[in-house]
Amino acid sequence: MTLTEWWEFFLPYIPGFLYASWLVLVLTILIILVSWIFGLAAALARASDIAVLRQIAIFYIWFVRGTPALIQIFIIYFGLPALGLQLSPFTAGVLALGINSGAYVAEIIRAGLSAIPRGQMESSMALGMGRRHIMARIILPQVVRIILPAMTNEAISTLKNTSLLSTITVVELTLYAQTIIATTFRPFEFYIATALLYLVLTTLLTRLSAWAERRNARYV
Amino acid sequence: MSETKPLLSIRELSKSFGPIEVLKNISLDVHAGEVVSVIGASGSGKSTFLRCINVLERPNSGFLDFDRFAFDFRPGSRAAPSADDLKALRARIGMVFQSYNLWPHMTVLENVIEAPIRVRGMPRAEAVDLATTLLARIGLAEKRDSYPNRLSGGQQQRVAIVRALAMQPQLMLFDEVTSALDPELVGEVLSLMADLAAEGMTMLLVTHEIGFAREVSTRTVFFDRGVIGEDGPPSEVLRHPNSERLRQFLSRILHEGLAASAHGAAEGATP
Ligand SMILES: Nc1ncnc2c1ncn2[C@@H]1O[C@H](COP(=O)(O)OP(=O)(O)OP(=O)(O)O)[C@@H](O)[C@H]1O
Ligand SMILES: [Mg+2]
Repeated sequence: MTLTEWWEFFLPYIPGFLYASWLVLVLTILIILVSWIFGLAAALARASDIAVLRQIAIFYIWFVRGTPALIQIFIIYFGLPALGLQLSPFTAGVLALGINSGAYVAEIIRAGLSAIPRGQMESSMALGMGRRHIMARIILPQVVRIILPAMTNEAISTLKNTSLLSTITVVELTLYAQTIIATTFRPFEFYIATALLYLVLTTLLTRLSAWAERRNARYV
Repeated sequence: MSETKPLLSIRELSKSFGPIEVLKNISLDVHAGEVVSVIGASGSGKSTFLRCINVLERPNSGFLDFDRFAFDFRPGSRAAPSADDLKALRARIGMVFQSYNLWPHMTVLENVIEAPIRVRGMPRAEAVDLATTLLARIGLAEKRDSYPNRLSGGQQQRVAIVRALAMQPQLMLFDEVTSALDPELVGEVLSLMADLAAEGMTMLLVTHEIGFAREVSTRTVFFDRGVIGEDGPPSEVLRHPNSERLRQFLSRILHEGLAASAHGAAEGATP
């Protein structure tokens, strides 16, 4: 095939690919938001004085990290209907991967919290500041800076994990490629194209985080 | 002085960590304007005592009266402090630590105005004015927008003192605030503390700087294995110790001091 022929062959699929990429991006952002909520809650629960909260957090992290993400997706999408909760593939996917990533985020935040010297908490308490105030204004802002690189890795994993949602009929990049390949019988070309699109997205994420890190580096 | 009500009154205060009793039935009154230096061997409970005064450590037993606060730490007491009581107490008592503990993600100014604004509810403009005045006083006005990591240890420690002063406390606690500093930076911090003492600030300071204790404090307390071994004017406690243990402690400190300065001189002599 000549270059022109290639181009003409690919052209009809470009809008579909772009839309599927866009969907991956949206999924990733939503999953990250969910994972931050679960992760922060679990990290604070683990550091809490209340034993029950600590136990729940420990169980959550243990369960999620010890089972495959794919099984977690299946439990939420195929399993929950048995309890009367039927979610759309999209919602189930965001929830499942958000809960999954949340366990890793919790561990990252925990490591970040333990990297803050005790004196930061104590000197704040000595000024009459309350726990919530200290967390929000003193501890977490420092934790954010420390954990940014690890959180970037986690976000990239999350982005790549969205391809698992092809198994529950979310038409993201991977499933879109599969449907085209099913009719064109060109797996090599289309999987390479798909890989390249994932690469563009993950590179974007890395750049974004490098920028955030630089912005944060004023006091290092 | 003894007729007036003390600013701080501690009665029968005890504190254990697990099986180890670190403070044993300590009683101490501090009147407004007193500058009390606390000396004693490592592990004698000096830091723990200071940390019990603003309840960073919760005593196992005893009474603490400070200004309008009256706490009873005996188990099951109804006058045990609530979380809000503790915040209110700590807002009135400044504490400075050996490690300066400035917040690295905030500028010098932000470090100083944070608690006045958010704990005391001071209007921002007023807090900035106060902070600027205090920073100018220690010669660091032009550093107000710097981050702490741009400052020397002595500068950071002086900012930490100013951060505590910005809360306009009635009592200041200093726990070996010069111990982490390079020798040439100790003087600037001590002279700020001497100024505060001269202005009538009520202070409790744990220190190994015996000379400073003698010159600046109005009273010296010797901690010995969790009890107050001696208590009196520095001229007497430091010059004419009653107990053998204080004599030993002072001569040890003196030797360490001499050894350190001899070492320093030797280092200085090497090209
Ligand atoms: N959080 C804690 N948990 C367990 N033991 C502690 C704790 N804090 C202090 N201790 C112990 O209590 C004793 C008194 O400690 P403290 O820090 O009050 O002594 P210090 O007089 O300040 O000594 P230094 O001059 O070394 O600072 C020590 O034996 C110490 O190991
Ligand atoms: Mg100490």
